[in-house]
Amino acid sequence: MKRLRRWLIPLAAVPVLVLLGYGFRVSPRDIPSPLVGRPAPGFALATLEGAPLDLATHRGKVVVVNFWASWCYPACYEEAPVLERNWRGYRERGVVVVGVDIQDKREAAVKFVGDFGLTFPVVQDLKGAVSVDYGVYGVPETFFLDSQGRIRVKHVGAVTDDVFRTTVDRLLAEAAGP
Amino acid sequence: MTADLGYGMTLIALGLAVYGGVAAGIGARTGRLAVIESAQHAALGVFVLVTSCFALLTYAFLTFDFSVRYVATNTNLGTPFYYRITGVWGALEGSIILWSWMLALYTIILIVRHRVGARELYPWALATMLGILAFFLLVMTVAAPPFQRQVPVPADGRGLNPLLEDTGMITHPVALYLGFTGFTVPFAFAMAALITGRIGDTWLVLTRRWTIVAWYFLSLGLLIGGWWSYHVLGWGGYWAWDPVENAAFMPWLTGTAFLHSVMIQERRRMLRLWNISLVILTFGLTLFGTFLTRSGIIASVHSFTQGSIGILFLGFLALVLLTALGLVAWRWEAFRSEGELDSVVSRESAFLLNNVLLVAAAFTVFFGTVFPLLSEAVRGVKVSVGAPFFNQINVPLFLSLVFLMGVGPLIAWRRASLENLKRNFFWPVALGIVAAAAAFALGVRSLLAVLTFATTAFVAVTIAVDFTRATRARLRVGESLLPAMGGLLLRHHRRYGGFVVHLGILIIALGVMGSHAWSVQTETTLRRGETAELAGYRFRFDGLTAVEESNHFKVVGAFTVSNGRVLGVLRPAKKFYPQEQAPIAYVDYRLGLREDLYLVLGDFARDGSQATVKVQVNRLVSWIWIGGVVLTLGALLAILPERHKSA
Amino acid sequence: MSRVAIAVLIALVLLGSTGHPTAAQTAKPVNEDLVHDIAAQLRCVVCQNLSVADSPSEMASQMRAIIRERLAAGESPADVQRYFVDRYGEWILLSPPRRGFNLLVWLLPLAAVVVGLAAAAALVWRWTHGHRGIRPPPVAVDAAMSERIRRELEGRS
Repeated sequence: MKRLRRWLIPLAAVPVLVLLGYGFRVSPRDIPSPLVGRPAPGFALATLEGAPLDLATHRGKVVVVNFWASWCYPACYEEAPVLERNWRGYRERGVVVVGVDIQDKREAAVKFVGDFGLTFPVVQDLKGAVSVDYGVYGVPETFFLDSQGRIRVKHVGAVTDDVFRTTVDRLLAEAAGP
Repeated sequence: MTADLGYGMTLIALGLAVYGGVAAGIGARTGRLAVIESAQHAALGVFVLVTSCFALLTYAFLTFDFSVRYVATNTNLGTPFYYRITGVWGALEGSIILWSWMLALYTIILIVRHRVGARELYPWALATMLGILAFFLLVMTVAAPPFQRQVPVPADGRGLNPLLEDTGMITHPVALYLGFTGFTVPFAFAMAALITGRIGDTWLVLTRRWTIVAWYFLSLGLLIGGWWSYHVLGWGGYWAWDPVENAAFMPWLTGTAFLHSVMIQERRRMLRLWNISLVILTFGLTLFGTFLTRSGIIASVHSFTQGSIGILFLGFLALVLLTALGLVAWRWEAFRSEGELDSVVSRESAFLLNNVLLVAAAFTVFFGTVFPLLSEAVRGVKVSVGAPFFNQINVPLFLSLVFLMGVGPLIAWRRASLENLKRNFFWPVALGIVAAAAAFALGVRSLLAVLTFATTAFVAVTIAVDFTRATRARLRVGESLLPAMGGLLLRHHRRYGGFVVHLGILIIALGVMGSHAWSVQTETTLRRGETAELAGYRFRFDGLTAVEESNHFKVVGAFTVSNGRVLGVLRPAKKFYPQEQAPIAYVDYRLGLREDLYLVLGDFARDGSQATVKVQVNRLVSWIWIGGVVLTLGALLAILPERHKSA
Repeated sequence: MSRVAIAVLIALVLLGSTGHPTAAQTAKPVNEDLVHDIAAQLRCVVCQNLSVADSPSEMASQMRAIIRERLAAGESPADVQRYFVDRYGEWILLSPPRRGFNLLVWLLPLAAVVVGLAAAAALVWRWTHGHRGIRPPPVAVDAAMSERIRRELEGRS
């Protein structure tokens, strides 16, 4: 027994190695948001055209809040057409897309909106207050809000047609359901 | 073409290293000299090939050979000459070449120095070195090949990571890697000792200087890293407890513990098991550090690429740890050494305490670094462990260590009599108390600061007491003062080298304490011509200018600084690189012994009418660099070759 | 388009929200040391391992401004910290709160020190009490020092 105990020395390294191996299965950059399932923080900001926009007025609708910036290349450039396409496709069904431009300059944002022909409302979060309210790490990040105004899904990275449709369809079905 | 040539050479080097390792092992078992010689030739071949690879890659960088993918991704036509050279090891693939080259170099030095003197241990040490070298060459061929063809050849490359465009980049990685790889040699000899069962003191004597050399480079690397962080990264600090910094610090801590516990074994033949474990641990930690840096499993400011290399390193780390610790278990009986001691109050105890604290500090750093992983595995919750945690846990440990620095070298071996204690420690303790009282009287109210003053004064006086006493002894036999002091330093260069290192640490400790306790900062937005004030400095915003550099665009702010009289104009800037999304802060500072004025340019209006600036007055930071120089000088003194004492 | 031209473009796009300096503008003066202390405990979300206090990034500067505003609005430092934790999770705290599983990261290093000290004490005890019989004569003067002096003198002659 006593002779065997010394073999515990090399065995002591095993748990450490296992833990490090576990590290490959998780990504340090992939941090779950505590806001999912909670009511979305409200905000009232001016759009790029200068019109006021208050999130509260869209209560009862499915809302897609997308944080982006004109310097965020390529992800924001990839998702802009996707957002526009789906906004056009879903607006009849009471879905609202709101773009929140962060850490950006007005002229650049206007140019970006013009280049992509974005027609959904875009507001500028100059002080970063809304970004922090939503726990934004970087751009792009997209929050899907249900008709009760709760954040249901947070998507990090460029939004694809598939992500947009499955998420919004589910939230719409819920709203229409019992 | 270049890529194929380089890749071919890497493959041959890998083959030679594997052959050499096996041959050295066979030679060690059979005792056939011819086989060992063949292994040596193989090692020489590896060295020549790796050197050629390195030269070839450098040449590719200098000539903008974008047919090599690594060159295309890490340089572009705008990269200045100097950074085309440092760019060679600016990213993963190149740093592995540098690493392999240093290992090969150390292998050659090992052959030259120990071929004759250490018959039994040498072949196994050589086999271990070549085995480790083979692993790195494997990485160079499989996981991170620097020589890969880029098809089609681009007209221009992507460019170096702008943060690496700094003079620190030539010295910091080189020193750090020399330190990391340097610990391979003591490890190789420890393995040889375990395999042959000659776990006595021979391996220790053989590797003593190697360890100091590795420690010297590692210290230098850490210090230059701190300096680089302070003047390039633009966050106003020199140490962020980032996982990658921790990765370099842990082997430094265990290596330091080893340097001390070695003395107990040399003097008293005790702690053999402990010493061998420390060497294994230190080497394991250097591998762990590389793994951490390169695997991407823990987020770090040093955002390096990930890929199969992480798994390869983890596998190798597992192999090394399990083999080495397995050997320790196998030789367990041989470690039974009887130590004896007359009193608990003795130098042995002080050194043991020193080792406990150093290893505990290393453990704290290790556990804090991997704790986010553990939390995620157990709770599924991501947490962060950063500077506030490490400072809180480590500061008491380090302060105790500084205190022991005063006790250890003066307390008697085996048993310290009351008289010995009184003789050596009366003045240091008295002056330590005086220092604390003086600091308090001068208005210092932070407990930490007062304790730091007391401890550093105590230790400094112990060093002074020892040195004057030894000098007096020499004067008494008729030497004059200066030759007496010089002779003392040279003849007992290990002891006094150690003292000088301790002095360096004291100075660094004061710098660290001062910068933590007394630094102040503010952040303010100024219109052109407006002035703000901090800690007696007034700084006026004079406007912005735009500058085009060969590979980037720079917006420079001008701030006139005065404190009664005009001190000069500081020009912090933001640099915009085409390959980077975010701008890079380029700080400007005015260094001083008492304090540094440190400016970081923030947001600004495009027309230059206003700008936000972060101003820091960092106290005593310069003493960290001064202490660093003292420390490295002390280490150099300790490294000096042993003078043969011919009576 | 030349590289530098691209860089210039990026620079223009990126910078200077003209007329809207984001940082350091509040009506009521707030204790900057307090802002710094709170910011030093928060992890800068875009730079991974620097604190909000240290990071030169724009996001961090905006977060410092938010801290300043919340303090000016009368919130306590604990409230401000809770606000950030609610949004970003425990992850944003640079030192894990001392409760539950996190206690492990605080206590294990202490435990390591205690165990280490105990082991060292046990070892010293064995050394001082292990050997039976013959004791070397008690050393009256500082042995190390006298030996050093002796060797020194020999070395000179």
